[in-house]
Amino acid sequence: MRISAKLTTYLLLVAGAAVFIAPFAWMVSTALKPLDQALAMPPEWLARRYEAPLDGRIQEVRPGPLVTGPSVWALERGAAQPVVLAEDSVRAGAWRPAAGPAVPVDVLKRVPASASSPWREISDLPGVRRDVVPSASVSSRVALRWENFPRAVGAMRRFPRYLANTLALCVLNVVGTVLSSALVAYGFSRIEWRWRDSLFGLLLATMMVPFPVVMVPLYGLFRWLGWIGTLRPLWVGSFCASAFNVFLLRQFFRTIPKDLSEAARIDGCGEFRIFWQIVLPLCRPALVVVALFTFMGVWNDFLGPLIYLTDDRDFTLALGLRMMQTTGSGGIEWNYMMAASTLVILPVVALFLVAQRSFVEGIALTGTKA
Amino acid sequence: MTTGDRQRTRMGLAFVSPWIVGLAAFTIYPIAASLYYSFCDYDVLSKPVWVGLLNYRDMASDQVFWKSVANTLLFNVMALPLGLVSALALALLLNQPVRARGTFRAIYYLPSLVPAVASAMIWLWILNGRLGLLNAALATVGVHHPPQWLADPAWTKPSLAIMSVWGCGNTVVIYLAALQGVPRSLLEAAMIDGASAWDRLVHVTLPAISPVIYFNLIIGIIGGLQVFVSAFIMWGGGGPDRSVLFYAVYLYQNAFEYRQMGYACAMAWMLCLLILALTWLASVSSRRLVFYQGD
Repeated sequence: MRISAKLTTYLLLVAGAAVFIAPFAWMVSTALKPLDQALAMPPEWLARRYEAPLDGRIQEVRPGPLVTGPSVWALERGAAQPVVLAEDSVRAGAWRPAAGPAVPVDVLKRVPASASSPWREISDLPGVRRDVVPSASVSSRVALRWENFPRAVGAMRRFPRYLANTLALCVLNVVGTVLSSALVAYGFSRIEWRWRDSLFGLLLATMMVPFPVVMVPLYGLFRWLGWIGTLRPLWVGSFCASAFNVFLLRQFFRTIPKDLSEAARIDGCGEFRIFWQIVLPLCRPALVVVALFTFMGVWNDFLGPLIYLTDDRDFTLALGLRMMQTTGSGGIEWNYMMAASTLVILPVVALFLVAQRSFVEGIALTGTKA
Repeated sequence: MTTGDRQRTRMGLAFVSPWIVGLAAFTIYPIAASLYYSFCDYDVLSKPVWVGLLNYRDMASDQVFWKSVANTLLFNVMALPLGLVSALALALLLNQPVRARGTFRAIYYLPSLVPAVASAMIWLWILNGRLGLLNAALATVGVHHPPQWLADPAWTKPSLAIMSVWGCGNTVVIYLAALQGVPRSLLEAAMIDGASAWDRLVHVTLPAISPVIYFNLIIGIIGGLQVFVSAFIMWGGGGPDRSVLFYAVYLYQNAFEYRQMGYACAMAWMLCLLILALTWLASVSSRRLVFYQGD
């Protein structure tokens, strides 16, 4: 009984993990394929490279449909490319379909294919030269197209600019949020003063205000300041502390013994020095959590840049990725799209793996102490 | 007030001054202005013109507005219970003493970190009706007329609900922290009394973590009513038959595409009321179900 319960647990965990990983795996898999294989149905997980004899030499080809019955490789009069026709439908120099008039054709070669020894249509990569060859003479091996990553970067115009903008916003926001939130949290936890608790209540209340309520006037305010189309609306506010982070840091600051501050005060230490040299160093783990959350928040933000940025040169990676979807000529190049998505996700995943503990503790803190 | 009191108050205010500046500029002023604009005809380019209750009256007769309300509520009726239950199930699994627990936790948590734009792109690709992985997988198990996830108005909301389950890692972590706080003594006592695993879950674990379930429900309602980014990126203007034209999407369109900023502000205030009403409803209806230790 206990063994079977344990086995069920593992089975469920592994199955669930497979489902949760699948989208990542599919993204990377698509990112490493040439477009035709990315769009192939049924899909394969690993990109392949096909080679076959064409024009008298072995070269990389694009595989076409299989031919499984006796056929001919024939050129219709006036057509640019030959086609595969069933052998019994071609008689006396003409293709005679079951319905409709006969079409005169030139038979180029016989294709003695069968279900057990099929042939395959192939073409060169530009799709200009075509042929049909025994399936066995088409060789294939796994070949991941790593070059898709630099190409995706090229397809996302101004990628370096987007990256630089995003990083600049991340740094400014992290510095602004950590500094200001720590200052404010200190004022709300380490000093006893008259209106402290009622103001803190007000701070908690501001967390309840939905963004859409302030969205339009904020836009108006930044427009009046002439900041629309610059990065400023996206970082200046971070220097005014955010309620959530103040709350989180205050919880942490309160755990530091009061005696520590009292002793420093008696030694004639000013309040700011106590903050800077005693409390902050003790709270490094909490500051790391705030910095991480802020970085993630800015890296992932979409609505802010969408509203305030107007010029392509100021865009962030999130906006750049979206541009790839809307500006493509013809269909979306899914392989490049997935390569670009991988590049946008990679730093976040790396950061998480490096700082996993801080993350989990930080999120747990938001839930249990609220 | 003694001199010391006054000095400490000055010091305290000095420390919280960055927040007070922000409060005035980025919260209080916008709230007041938003309320005022909601009674105005306003396009940001010219001065607001007072129109009284016109925006609110327009809303009442705006079919598209009601469609967006219905879409948002319907989506939440699907996604909220689905998300809460699957996150709880995952947390219960991850709370078992198994090997490689850390690795499993990381795997389930990672998707919640993925930037919304990137996850929208991934799911646009997976849910693609003709070329998508999901329908290819369904074909291998014999489903030959799979749903057109992105193009069929009946399936767009379920698609988003599936996506939101993928990103439920935050909720899982919060549940996990709560599960760690379930008193062992209670669980052991129940075991000695011969309670089955299911009984222990229903009569011990769930009541013990009910405040956190309630917390996640409230957070879910507040977030769910403002759902925007994935729907906006994946379908742009509201999708087939406007089936994913959510409240926040329509609000954004009014503000920044149609330049009806006054109407958008009025919508924002109605959203506030909607959030208040639903959280109030949730708190009233769960009062008997949430159990606070030490009460």
